[in-house]
Amino acid sequence: MHQPNKILTPVHISKADAQHLLHQMLRIRRFEEKAAEMYTQGHIKGFLHLYIGEEAVAVGIMDALQPEDGVVATYREHGHALAKGVSANSIMAEMFGKEEGCSRGRGGSMHLFDAETRFFGGNAIVGGHLPLAVGLALADKMQQKQVVTACFFGEGAVAEGEFHESLNLAALWQTPVLFVCENNGYAMGTALDLSESEMDIHAKAASYQIPSEVVDGMDVLAVRQAAERAAAHIRSGKGPYFLECRTYRFRAHSMFDAELYRDKSEVEEWKKYGPITSFIKRLKNQDLISEAEILELENQVAAEVNESVKFAESGTLESEANLLRFVYSEKKLVM
Amino acid sequence: MKITYREAIRESIREAMQEDEKVFLMGEDVGHYGGCFAVSKDLLAEFGAERIRDTPLSESAFVGIGIGAAMNGMKPIVEVMTVNFSLLAADQIMNNAATILHMSGGLFNVPVVIRMATGGGKQLAAQHSHSLEGWYAHIPGLKVLTPATLEDARGMLISALKDPDPVLIFENSTLYNHQGELSEDAGAVDIFKAKIRRQGKDISLVTYGIGYHKCVAAAEILAAEGIDAEILDLRVLRPLDDATILETVKKTGRVLIVDEGWKSGGISAEISSRIMEKGFFDLDMPVARLGGAEVPMPYAEHLERIAVPQVETIVAKVKEMI
Ligand SMILES: Cc1ncc(C[n+]2csc(CCOP(=O)(O)OP(=O)(O)O)c2C)c(N)n1
Repeated sequence: MHQPNKILTPVHISKADAQHLLHQMLRIRRFEEKAAEMYTQGHIKGFLHLYIGEEAVAVGIMDALQPEDGVVATYREHGHALAKGVSANSIMAEMFGKEEGCSRGRGGSMHLFDAETRFFGGNAIVGGHLPLAVGLALADKMQQKQVVTACFFGEGAVAEGEFHESLNLAALWQTPVLFVCENNGYAMGTALDLSESEMDIHAKAASYQIPSEVVDGMDVLAVRQAAERAAAHIRSGKGPYFLECRTYRFRAHSMFDAELYRDKSEVEEWKKYGPITSFIKRLKNQDLISEAEILELENQVAAEVNESVKFAESGTLESEANLLRFVYSEKKLVM
Repeated sequence: MKITYREAIRESIREAMQEDEKVFLMGEDVGHYGGCFAVSKDLLAEFGAERIRDTPLSESAFVGIGIGAAMNGMKPIVEVMTVNFSLLAADQIMNNAATILHMSGGLFNVPVVIRMATGGGKQLAAQHSHSLEGWYAHIPGLKVLTPATLEDARGMLISALKDPDPVLIFENSTLYNHQGELSEDAGAVDIFKAKIRRQGKDISLVTYGIGYHKCVAAAEILAAEGIDAEILDLRVLRPLDDATILETVKKTGRVLIVDEGWKSGGISAEISSRIMEKGFFDLDMPVARLGGAEVPMPYAEHLERIAVPQVETIVAKVKEMI
């Protein structure tokens, strides 16, 4: 199991940039805290997988992407959707099962979709979306578009056949995919050393001839820098790139998890070096942010999150008469 | 013009690729080998390796790649060698192709076409000979086509490529060499309706794919004995065309469903149920079925023969019913 990085390296970015990154991470953090609250109150049902602790990965990667770049993610994707630009309103409404949700209440927490921001879904089959990512990227390549498809997955997916098939094909066909493995050490309750003979995941990618790096996934700047390198490589037509972001999940796997597989002390230790905590410390060390500025960001975020709850509450439940919609396309085949 | 079923499909692929540069073919051995059933022979030379794309043995990945490419502006035709191998891609077909339109609340449709060979009759035993199209017909979100004729072999693929949703095409492998006349201008056909291909008044033979050809042979023998059988070619297993099924039930009052797939939980069970639900009072006797023997397909020729309905078993069953 990897360990948190305890060194607070100096940052070399502008104040505006620093605050932008912090803002993005806070949006995800507070949105998910609210989602957990809404879950406990019974407004959100089904599975709810929180990303808390891992925010630096989604934020760092998305910041290196362009609006036309595509994203495919897992069931733990609220953070990715928010960072890609899907509105908090439509995500919260989706989790409330409302028609105003980004997937009209057909998907729920695990299946957020948005065409406008090219968010190709949260997928809840571990490993099942890797082939999709390669296909999306193949389509871009065949249409001569200089677009990146970022594909996020946990280290648990690495054991699936679809991971290996997809990496092989992505490399063989030089498709523009950015593979982002969010290695948080556990697949539900199974630690990496209980599931993998070779625990160095980035080495597996390298064995498929894909350039790969290990990144400190708790450091938003490290993630962004790596993602910028990766995106430049991909956009120059050199094929896929692989980032193993080492991170840690602070919350339970989902809302049903007694967390028997890890010590509370382990979680507490990681929290001390969390992506938001450490980043704030680093910014303060260099006078890039003040308490007042943090408070202002928090207020902005709270307003956005509270608004999303109101939006979701006042949303409509789709008419039961529409149950059978979206099984087949509504534009009919013309012959 | 004289043409085989295989050539009809090839011509259809060729034409689609000439017309629309977004169409491409992908699968194991479709290129350099020429297709494991030679359907795509010579297409690599004509269209190049970008568009006649050989894949490694990675059914799940290349079917999923087809789905992803379809979601992003391309029109892939994915060839899976046989339906038994498609089970390695069942995750992609069921969990992605069939669900994404719905899970996304209508945002993303998946216009992928997946073709595969199905059926027995070549002594290929229990991992290469099953007729599992009925399984796929179980799944909302998919369209399931079973071309029996040259016209459909050619036309269904054209229509499938224009369809906004995932379409699975099941080609019975014993039909690839089937030869006959096809008009030069044969083109797109509807992919919604069943078709009564032989009019008759005494009994309705409801079937599809290879079963259709066996029913035609059986109907000729029966005609010589004064029994006038009607043949309904289902053509499309999902969505089932209830109206045309009920029309033939009403006309003859006797129904024999002929399907090489297993009867238990199979497509024949589904059709029988629908007739019971919606056409019961038009029946003169219970619906009867001939299906595959409930056994994995045996290798030995004589056993394989009796494991699926044959012309003589159809004839015998009809005589029993009349
Ligand atoms: C194919 C498949 N098998 C099992 C599951 C049940 N499951 C859901 S999440 C999960 C663990 C995945 O862990 P990882 O890929 O590391 O991602 P994380 O949840 O840690 O983000 C499992 C086993 C599933 N959804 N899909």
